[in-house]
Amino acid sequence: MIDFAFLSDTFLKLSAALPVTLGLFISAFLCGGVLALGILTLRMSRWRVLSGFARGYILVFRGSPLLIQLFLIYYGLGQFGVIRHSFVWPFLREPFTCAVLALSLCTAAYTAEILRGALLAVPPGQVEAGLACGMSRGLLLRRIIAPIMLRYALPAYSTEAILLVKSTALASLVTVWDVTGVAQQIIQRTYRTMEVFLCAAAIYLILNFIIVQLYALLERRLTPVHRVEKKPLPAVKPIAGE
Amino acid sequence: MMSLLSFGADGWGRLILSAALTTLLLSLAALLIGALVGSGIAAAKLSTQRWLRWLGEAYSTVFRGIPELLVIYLFYFGGSGLITLIGQMFGADGFIEAPPFLIGALAIGLISGSYQGEVYRAARLALAKGEIEAAVAIGMPRWRIAQRILLPQVVRYALPGMSNVWQMSLKDSALVSVTGIVELMRASQIAAGSTRDYFTFYLVGGACYLVLTLLSNHAFRRAELRLGRAWQSRTAAQH
Repeated sequence: MIDFAFLSDTFLKLSAALPVTLGLFISAFLCGGVLALGILTLRMSRWRVLSGFARGYILVFRGSPLLIQLFLIYYGLGQFGVIRHSFVWPFLREPFTCAVLALSLCTAAYTAEILRGALLAVPPGQVEAGLACGMSRGLLLRRIIAPIMLRYALPAYSTEAILLVKSTALASLVTVWDVTGVAQQIIQRTYRTMEVFLCAAAIYLILNFIIVQLYALLERRLTPVHRVEKKPLPAVKPIAGE
Repeated sequence: MMSLLSFGADGWGRLILSAALTTLLLSLAALLIGALVGSGIAAAKLSTQRWLRWLGEAYSTVFRGIPELLVIYLFYFGGSGLITLIGQMFGADGFIEAPPFLIGALAIGLISGSYQGEVYRAARLALAKGEIEAAVAIGMPRWRIAQRILLPQVVRYALPGMSNVWQMSLKDSALVSVTGIVELMRASQIAAGSTRDYFTFYLVGGACYLVLTLLSNHAFRRAELRLGRAWQSRTAAQH
């Protein structure tokens, strides 16, 4: 009934496309993270114009589907002669870079909000204490704000990473041969839709499982309370004379 | 741009507006399916039976771990395969396509259900334990407790999370365009493809989603305020 030879063959072929999916994920994750820091800075700015721009950015990229953003970049930008003749065209011509661009722009909007929540959760007393010790702004950021922020942001950030992995599947719709794209190629040759898509689903599940575990590991490392060794309490000596 | 503004038979405005309605209906259907599934999942996860908890956990892991696009593909082709098989039993031959609206609503609804399950579970856990104990102590029947104590508070606590999930389904519904149903995304694709003005039409499509998101955001905030007021005044009256 179940064709194990075909399933394992498909699984191997789809795994061969895993580097493309991972490449999409990692580059979008890194670019999105850096961009999110920039947007966060603008969002927290004292100037109305800058924080308003960041608000608008977040609203637009969270309010519309990623698919439409991707199509807008891949199909839309190419129709302008200015862009076709500029230095960015070699990048915007490639579906892979367009997908990375769309994914990073979108994930940056979500990440900026996650980081903002974490930043607001940093206890003001700790920042004041740092200032009172005469820490410079850079040192304050590095030693106090960033570590606390990272720790608070981690759970939500792991969700965002999973969503990003799942979003990479959309790149297959602009002819990037990632896991989903290769699955479609195999289906066009074999007409065995369910088996191939189930294999692809299994690959994404495994990938996401690994990412969740990595985040759990990082979270444990960053939480000192969980790191304290559980030594048995020393036996209390009875006080002499009682 | 002119073809977009003219609302005649050949204008694209009409197509996009009717497609926006389809998107809205699709997401609403998905929200309802998700609410049904989600409350089941929340109940399973809070159950005392270990296998039920395991089942709820497995459901959310699978539906939250697979790309939405793949879920839609699996449902679309799986559903079509099933319908073709049933058709063959009754003598029809050839491939029968599954109804895209139904398949889309089901796929997004089941994904949404895995997230709604978490929302309801959190809302249920946020409930003060003493209230239920008090109700049990005065001898309220179980369904009365559900109706008078659980439901009103769970709905109120779940509302902000629901707003998130709703916006997610609204955007996920764009992916159902791969099944050929003419919703907002597909309509933008059609209009963009035939006019070759990709930028304008995708921008218009995106703006439509943005408007839908903003409007529903507003509606949810209103509902939150209303329920919050009712809830607060009721507790205030008791004091």
